[in-house]
Amino acid sequence: MTTKARSRRVTLALDILNHGALILVALLFLFPFFWMVSNAVRSNAEVLAIPVRILPNEFQWDNFQKTWSELPFGRFFLNSLIVAGSVTIITVVVSSLAGYAFARLKFPGRDALLLGYVGTLMVPAIMLIIPLFLIVNSLGMVNTFQGVILPVAFGTFGAFLLRQFFLSIPNSLEEAALIDGASRLRILVSIIIPLSMPAIGLLSLFTFIAQWNNFLWPLIVMTGQENATLPVGLTHFQTQQGTQWNYIMAGAALSMLPGIVLAILLQKLIYNSIALNAGMGGR
Amino acid sequence: MEDSAVATGAPAVLPRRRSGRHDGRTAFLFLLPSLLGVLLFLVLPIIASLALSFTNWKLLGKPAFVGVQNYVRLFTADPQFWTVLRNTLFFTVEYLVLNIVISVGLATWIASLKRGQRWFRVVFFLPTFTPGIAVAIVWMLIFAPGGFFDFIMKSLSLGVPNLLTDQTLAMQAVIIVSLWANVGYNTVLFNAALDMVPPSYLEAAKIDGASAWDRFWKIRLPLISPTLFFGTVMTAITSLQVFDQIYVMTRGGPGNATATLGYAIYQRGFQNFQMGYASSIAWVMFALIMALTALQFWLQRKWVHYDN
Repeated sequence: MTTKARSRRVTLALDILNHGALILVALLFLFPFFWMVSNAVRSNAEVLAIPVRILPNEFQWDNFQKTWSELPFGRFFLNSLIVAGSVTIITVVVSSLAGYAFARLKFPGRDALLLGYVGTLMVPAIMLIIPLFLIVNSLGMVNTFQGVILPVAFGTFGAFLLRQFFLSIPNSLEEAALIDGASRLRILVSIIIPLSMPAIGLLSLFTFIAQWNNFLWPLIVMTGQENATLPVGLTHFQTQQGTQWNYIMAGAALSMLPGIVLAILLQKLIYNSIALNAGMGGR
Repeated sequence: MEDSAVATGAPAVLPRRRSGRHDGRTAFLFLLPSLLGVLLFLVLPIIASLALSFTNWKLLGKPAFVGVQNYVRLFTADPQFWTVLRNTLFFTVEYLVLNIVISVGLATWIASLKRGQRWFRVVFFLPTFTPGIAVAIVWMLIFAPGGFFDFIMKSLSLGVPNLLTDQTLAMQAVIIVSLWANVGYNTVLFNAALDMVPPSYLEAAKIDGASAWDRFWKIRLPLISPTLFFGTVMTAITSLQVFDQIYVMTRGGPGNATATLGYAIYQRGFQNFQMGYASSIAWVMFALIMALTALQFWLQRKWVHYDN
């Protein structure tokens, strides 16, 4: 055997070892997901039984259905869908309009205003919780969908992101349309937005997921149980009488499903967007 | 926006005329929804929050101006505030260091693979896309007395007490959960940055006899340092605001062992209705975020390399 062949064999062995070790780490990392599902399909007594069993004695798959009847879980799901969906739609519409103005239109004070927009990104959300609640309260919107949706739907990040993307679209396309007499709104809707689907998709995805996962704001605004979003609804399984661990695990698994499916389906888009971030890092 | 009087309300842009004045009017209309939202839900709350922090408002009744009394009370009279501040800084420092070390390690490890990189990225990224509350609830079951964590510790005959009921260890449980939930974002971020390092640099160094260790410290790390800096700043900002995990797992306990600034704002504001006092805590948090960010920008001159 030549030394070359041997060294190739050593490299291959090291490669397999390297992959194997990381697979082991990845499996350990995935354990909480496994633990969640494994406990979602046992009886509550078995969840609490000592010693701990890795797999349930008896699989109760119907726990997933019972979760929907134990609490208005379907309603929580729908509420989350309404909130995350509405915030996403408003964010995309409002950000497209503002992003276009910043990217393509000349007006006095534009650069200063843009700087102000970027500056607000530094303000931590939790700091504004109290005054936001007071504003929502004085508008009579506590425990309403408007109350939970509107205050989070006008963030400045989307306008900035879309402005950056719009800038990369050639001006010549627009000039031709202007000469043909198209209005700016028409240009935005039928030229710029169709060309910006990657950026708009990205903004929609991250807005939707952020709102789907949001906890503190809905916790404060949605005071009634029937209006709770999923994350808030999950905490309703912890009652004075004790915790229905099996149902709460089933509920947690169901609440994680959309995010997990999106993360797997859209992994390329997510990676590209984060890579874009990485490329701009610190600049 | 002095020239944006839109009393006529007609958004008509005349064809073939694109003077600055018409642009101004269109721009105003395009920006209007965003501006209204930003003024009502961002600018007004910022001002209101600062103003509130100088009042004693308790939601009922009229607020009275009390000057800097809230801040004085925070720093001199509130027996819990220093604990809360210390907890927050403790969490931020330990969590930040571990997050960066683990995510750089995982990112480099994933980058060393010949195949399947994207699947490992997805695995570590999954928790970032799932509700933090669901994550915290699952971990609460793992850490519950007699739960999986205790079972493992007992099986290995390690004398580790239950994390959630132990004053000195409870914060470690919160840190473990936060790491699991968030380390994936930085892992993907740093992995993407590593992907952009030109392979020719690494090959050249290899030919010159640089060890793998040297190539990591002297080539890859400096080249991704702008991204590393960005990730560190963003992670620090979010970690000072930690709330969800604490709300679900410990409610600030046992004792005050895991009460952080974020939790204190919630507790004072929405359980005790001390809106003024809670607002002053929020501004202390903001000052802390600014200070930490400024410190990081100052430190970056020593370790971040920009190529130009």
